[in-house]
Amino acid sequence: MKAQMEARMLTRRLWRLVAYSLLILMALIFLIPVYMVIVTSLKNPIEAGQETTSWNLPTKIYWESFSSVWKELAPNLRNSALLVTGATTISALVGSMNGYVLAKWRIRGASFFFPLMLFGMFIPYQAIIIPLFKFMDGINLYGGIPGLVLVHVVYGIPITTLIFRNFYIDIPNELLEAGAIDGAGFFGIYTKIVFPLSLPGFVVVVIWQFTQIWNEFLFAVTLVKDKWQPITVPLAETAGGIAVKWNQPMAAAILAAIPTLFVYIVMGRWFIRGLLAGSIKG
Amino acid sequence: MYNRKDKTIAFLMILPSLILLGIFVYFFIAQTAWYSVSDWGVNPATALKKGVEKNYVGLDNYHTLISSASDYEFRISFVNTFFFTIFFLAACLILGFFLAFLLDQRIKGEAVFRTIFLFPMSLSFIVTGTIWNWLLKPKGGLNILPEKLFGLDPLKFKWLNSETKVFKFEWMQGGNLFYLGVALFAFALFTYTAQKRHLSWFWIALVGVGLWLISSAGFWNKIWLPIDNPKLDIGTYTGYGYNAALSGVIIAATWQMAGYVMALFLAGIRGISEELREAARVDGCSEWQVYLHIILPQLRPIALSAIIILGHISLKIFDLVYAMAGIDNREVKVPGILMLKGFRSNEWARSSAVAMVMLFAISLVIIPYLWSNLRTEKS
Repeated sequence: MKAQMEARMLTRRLWRLVAYSLLILMALIFLIPVYMVIVTSLKNPIEAGQETTSWNLPTKIYWESFSSVWKELAPNLRNSALLVTGATTISALVGSMNGYVLAKWRIRGASFFFPLMLFGMFIPYQAIIIPLFKFMDGINLYGGIPGLVLVHVVYGIPITTLIFRNFYIDIPNELLEAGAIDGAGFFGIYTKIVFPLSLPGFVVVVIWQFTQIWNEFLFAVTLVKDKWQPITVPLAETAGGIAVKWNQPMAAAILAAIPTLFVYIVMGRWFIRGLLAGSIKG
Repeated sequence: MYNRKDKTIAFLMILPSLILLGIFVYFFIAQTAWYSVSDWGVNPATALKKGVEKNYVGLDNYHTLISSASDYEFRISFVNTFFFTIFFLAACLILGFFLAFLLDQRIKGEAVFRTIFLFPMSLSFIVTGTIWNWLLKPKGGLNILPEKLFGLDPLKFKWLNSETKVFKFEWMQGGNLFYLGVALFAFALFTYTAQKRHLSWFWIALVGVGLWLISSAGFWNKIWLPIDNPKLDIGTYTGYGYNAALSGVIIAATWQMAGYVMALFLAGIRGISEELREAARVDGCSEWQVYLHIILPQLRPIALSAIIILGHISLKIFDLVYAMAGIDNREVKVPGILMLKGFRSNEWARSSAVAMVMLFAISLVIIPYLWSNLRTEKS
């Protein structure tokens, strides 16, 4: 009996050793691109262009990659920041209101139009981009940030509504009814009872919309003029040329990735909640 | 609290969202559908003029995409998306489950590992594409990694430009596979719903016979057309099939999305009660058997969600390809890239048709999913 137990302990230990080494190996593989992007961004243009030495550390650290890319892309980063701030704030507020209505007010027909709303978050935006382009042009919103904000708010409605709806469903109805007895109406219940409880919902939605909109490409490349392009557009172009100095696209990639990466690392738990919420049931 | 005045206010508060989505989703889709059966932009010179006349041309644009020798690009991108979706899904599910399984072994520093596997999810496909573009250069990056690590010969694979094809088929054979796939899909869907509603096998058989009748009536042969001039079709020479150049894109996409599957599976595994697992262990199951017999079956709904979410992403993917290979790369072309190209050259009708094909493929996956999801939620 005792020998058996010991054998079991041993296999258990061995297995954990294997698990740890596999995990470390996988982690190293996942970090390969990170190593590559950092190393290449710190090389001088000639060194960075050499494919055969791409794994080597830079002979001398070349910070100028970042300063030159920063000079070039600062306007685009500013555009992205403007876009993300505006669109995220508005779509979180809209989603919160919609979620409140759908979760707590039995609207007739909701079981009909709610799936129709949700369908909007899965469509390939290619299927609406031509009419959208014409429409934005028609209402004089083509070319700038406000138009892009509108587009992101509208196409953000399904996911933000879904997240808030699922969040508000867990608030007990008794709480709302108590408010109603105290004389609060539709808005009174929202501002006094629902909204103060909404912080976690807002965190999830804001993180989700922030990353989605910052990372988006199709609307960015089709609906704005050069001057107002968000960061993803010039980034996609810098790597496209033939005689590329690879330190620059790599430095640009790092600059473009920092905001979302920062949000993810600081608030990873909430980020994952958003991810899971995206799969409808969460 | 549900008095009439407040209910009206509630409805008025959600109304603007409904109207906006009505316009931005459904009205715009209807417009794209109309463009796709018009001749708008067939002559690009006049396409941008205001008030240009659009004539109804029926399914001509779709027929051109499928059968015209000069539209080789659409056929290759269509086949590419098919293979991309299959291999990308398989890679993500296997890797995602493997990582979740490893992380479930009461690992110290689990949070660190999780962060490492999941951080690519927070990046833009454009960022990922830029980095992997460099990693897949023919004379550097991954090709020389075996040399750097083990002193082996460097690989010479042309990651994004290779013309090597496997699983080759003739264009018309593809049609048969396509019909078979559609029939299987319809059948699976039907049995699934039939199970839920306790329909009898009689109905299932009836639908099967119906499908067979439709196909034997030759109706489907009007969908998948032969190429009008095979001598001029590049695809007929190089062959249609899985393009080896896609492997690079699949690796990059898997790197980005496998962590998502891991997170889904891990959440699922943690949701299974420890008592259930302990009971199985007491009954003499080995740790591996616990996973095989207890955990995997319970993860099936999660796996289905992951397949749908990743599937719809992969059916519309184009930004990753754009950043990795540019808009003109022939070997890794996908419909989204083709659509953007058509958009830029004012070929409105043709790119609308491409977009409608994408929408159709995605709807096939998404609509049943939404439907069953909301049904189960109700009950």
